[in-house]
Amino acid sequence: MAQTLYDKLWSGHVVHTEDDGTTLLYIDRHLVHEVTSPQAYEGLRLAGRKPWRTGSIVATADHNVPTDGSDLSVADPTSRAQVETLDDNIRTYGALAYFPYRDKRQGIVHVIGPENGVTLPGMTVVCGDSHTSTHGAFACLAQGIGTSEVEHVLATQCLLQKKSKSMLVRVEGELGRGVSAKDIALYVIGQIGTAGGTGYAIEFGGSAIRALSMEGRMTLCNMAIEAGARAGMVAVDQTTIDYLRGRPFAPRDEQWDRAVEYWRTLKSDDGAQHDRVVDIDARRITPQVTWGTSPEMVTDIRGQVPAPEDFADPVQREGVARALQYMGLTPRTPIDQIRIDKVFIGSCTNSRIEDLRAAAKVVQGRHIADNVKLAMVVPGSGLVRAQAEAEGLDKVFKAAGFEWREPGCSMCLGMNADRLDPGERCASTSNRNFEGRQGAGGRTHLVSPQMAAAAAIAGRFADVRDVV
Amino acid sequence: MNPFTTLDGLVAPLDRANVDTDAIIPKQYLKSIKRSGFGPTLFDEWRYLDVGQPGQDHSKRPLNPDFVLNQPRFQGASILLVRENFGCGSSREHAPWAIEDFGFRAILGTTFADIFFNNCFKNGLLPIRLPQTELEQLFLQCAGTPGYRLRIDLESQTVIRPDGHVIRFDVEAFRKYCLLNGFDDIGLTLRQADKIRDFEARRRIEQPWLFA
Repeated sequence: MAQTLYDKLWSGHVVHTEDDGTTLLYIDRHLVHEVTSPQAYEGLRLAGRKPWRTGSIVATADHNVPTDGSDLSVADPTSRAQVETLDDNIRTYGALAYFPYRDKRQGIVHVIGPENGVTLPGMTVVCGDSHTSTHGAFACLAQGIGTSEVEHVLATQCLLQKKSKSMLVRVEGELGRGVSAKDIALYVIGQIGTAGGTGYAIEFGGSAIRALSMEGRMTLCNMAIEAGARAGMVAVDQTTIDYLRGRPFAPRDEQWDRAVEYWRTLKSDDGAQHDRVVDIDARRITPQVTWGTSPEMVTDIRGQVPAPEDFADPVQREGVARALQYMGLTPRTPIDQIRIDKVFIGSCTNSRIEDLRAAAKVVQGRHIADNVKLAMVVPGSGLVRAQAEAEGLDKVFKAAGFEWREPGCSMCLGMNADRLDPGERCASTSNRNFEGRQGAGGRTHLVSPQMAAAAAIAGRFADVRDVV
Repeated sequence: MNPFTTLDGLVAPLDRANVDTDAIIPKQYLKSIKRSGFGPTLFDEWRYLDVGQPGQDHSKRPLNPDFVLNQPRFQGASILLVRENFGCGSSREHAPWAIEDFGFRAILGTTFADIFFNNCFKNGLLPIRLPQTELEQLFLQCAGTPGYRLRIDLESQTVIRPDGHVIRFDVEAFRKYCLLNGFDDIGLTLRQADKIRDFEARRRIEQPWLFA
C-alpha cells in the first residue's frame, strides 16, 4: 500500500505496540539542553538508572546563556546553576557530543544539530523543546517532549506514543520577491489556526517547498508546532543530500552511499493518503506581520489591525479584544503605521546564515531609525556567527546600528538578560508572540528576517518589497 | 506519581481560549532545577500585579483581584474548566507541574495542545476532552452556582454534575491504566528491554551510520 513519509518514519521505529495502539517508538537522536533536562537526570539518578545509549545524545547550553560575551560567572546565579548542572550531567553520564557555553560550535540546539550533521534523514529526533519539529526538514520524525519523556528516553531509548493523523500542506507555485519561508509558515498558521495541526504530523510538500533551501525548510518545520502539530516534515531530495555531504557527523565513504540510497526513499509514495490536505497557492503569500498574541493573529504588511467585531465566535471576539488591548493597538490601524522600539533577529526559527544574509541585504548601506532603541542580531550558533563574519555581515549590521551578539536563544523567550521592557514593541524573527513571551508586558510582532530588517530601518513595519 | 481514581472537587473556570504555556508559567521560573514549588507562580502574570522573580516570597506579592483564581469562591478548587487549545506553545512540563502543585487534579476543556496533554498524564493530572455543548453547560452552571462541584470517576470515564447529569469521556486505555495505578511508565517500558535491545541490534546492522 502506498505510504506517506510519516507512515514510513513511524513504522521504521516501532519496537512494540499495546492493544490500544500505544507504541514504543525507538529514538535515534536525543538533543539535550539545560532547561528541560536537570529534573530528568535527577529522576534517573534517584531511580538508580543510567542512560540507555549515550551515543544518541547531543547536548548544548542555549536557553539561558548570555549573548553579550559576558562570563557565566556574572550571569544570573539561577541561570548559571542550570548551565553548570548540564555540564555535570554530561560529564557524569556522557554524550556523543557536547557543545558547552563558549565552545565554538555552541548554539541553539535546533541550529547545531543540522549544521553538524547529527540530524540525519530517517531518524527519530526528540528534545525537551517544542521547536524540535525543526529537524523534520531532513525527513526526520522530530518532536518536542516534556521532561518526564526526556527521562523516559534517557532510560529506555524509546518514547511511548500513539500514531498521529497525517496532514499534507501542499504549497504550489513560485514565491514572490521578498517572501520567505517564514511568510509561508505564518500564512499557513493564519489559514489553519494554531490548533489546526493538533493531533496531526504535517508534511510540507509542493513545488514552493521543493524550491526552498534547507534553512527555509527548517524555518517552516520549526513553526509546525505553532500550528499545533508536534511534528513537521519535508521529503528528502537533492537539496537535503547536498546540505548533508561533508558535515562532521554525517556518514562517509561507503556508508554515505548506503545512507543516501536509503534516504532517497524518504518521501510519500504516489497515491499515499493523508487524513487532511491543505492546498496553498504560493503566489498569494505576501510578507506577513502578526498583530496579536497568538501566531494565528496575522495579516499582510499591506493589511490593517482587525476589530473584534470582525469575528463571529464570541470566545474568539473576546480573545481579539484582549489581544488588542495587550498589544496597545487600535482597530483599523494600517500595519505599516505601527512604530517599533526594538528589533530581534535570531531564534531557532530564523538565525541561520541564510536568514542573516537576507537581513543584511536589506540593511546594507542604511541605518536603523532614531526611534529604534535596540536592534540586535543573535546568530544561531558559533559556526553561523563565524561564517557571517567571514562574509562581512557583522560589519554590515554594525554599520547600520545593530548589535552583533554571541549565539543563544536570547530574546525569543527572554530567559537571559535580553528582553523587552513593559510596553515595548518588537519586530521579531522568533516564533511566539504570546503575552509576556519576550519580557513581561512586551509586545511582539512576528516577521521574517527581511521584514525585521526593513522595520529596523523604517522605525515601523515596512514592506520589504519597497526597500530592495 | 499519585494515582487518580475518583475526584469530588470544587470547580474554577478560566474562560479564555489559546491559553499558552508561557501564560501558565513564565520563563523566569524555568530556571529551577527542581520539579516542585511551581504552584505559587501558576498564571503569574495574570494572578499578580507585579512582575515576579524566582526565589521571592510570592505570598507577599500584590494579587490581581480581577483574576478568577483569586476570587474567594474559587479557593481550594481542584477542577479547572478551560477553553480550546489549552496548553499551546512550549513543551515545558513546568506547566502541568505548576497546575498540579497549585492543587488542580483535572482539567476539562474541548481541545488541548498535544505535548501539554501528554505531559499532564505523567504527573497524575487528568485532562478531559468534552464536547463543546457539555463544556458550555459546565461554564454556565459554574458561573451561576457558588460552590459548584463536579465528581470525576476515571474507572467509569464519567463526569457527574450536581444535577445528576452524567458526561462520558474518552481516555486511552494505556494512559488510564497508568493513571489509575500511579504507575511510572519507565518501569513498564523496561519490561520490554529485550525487544528494545533486539530492535537496536537490527538497526545497527541496517543503518550503521546512526551508531557511529
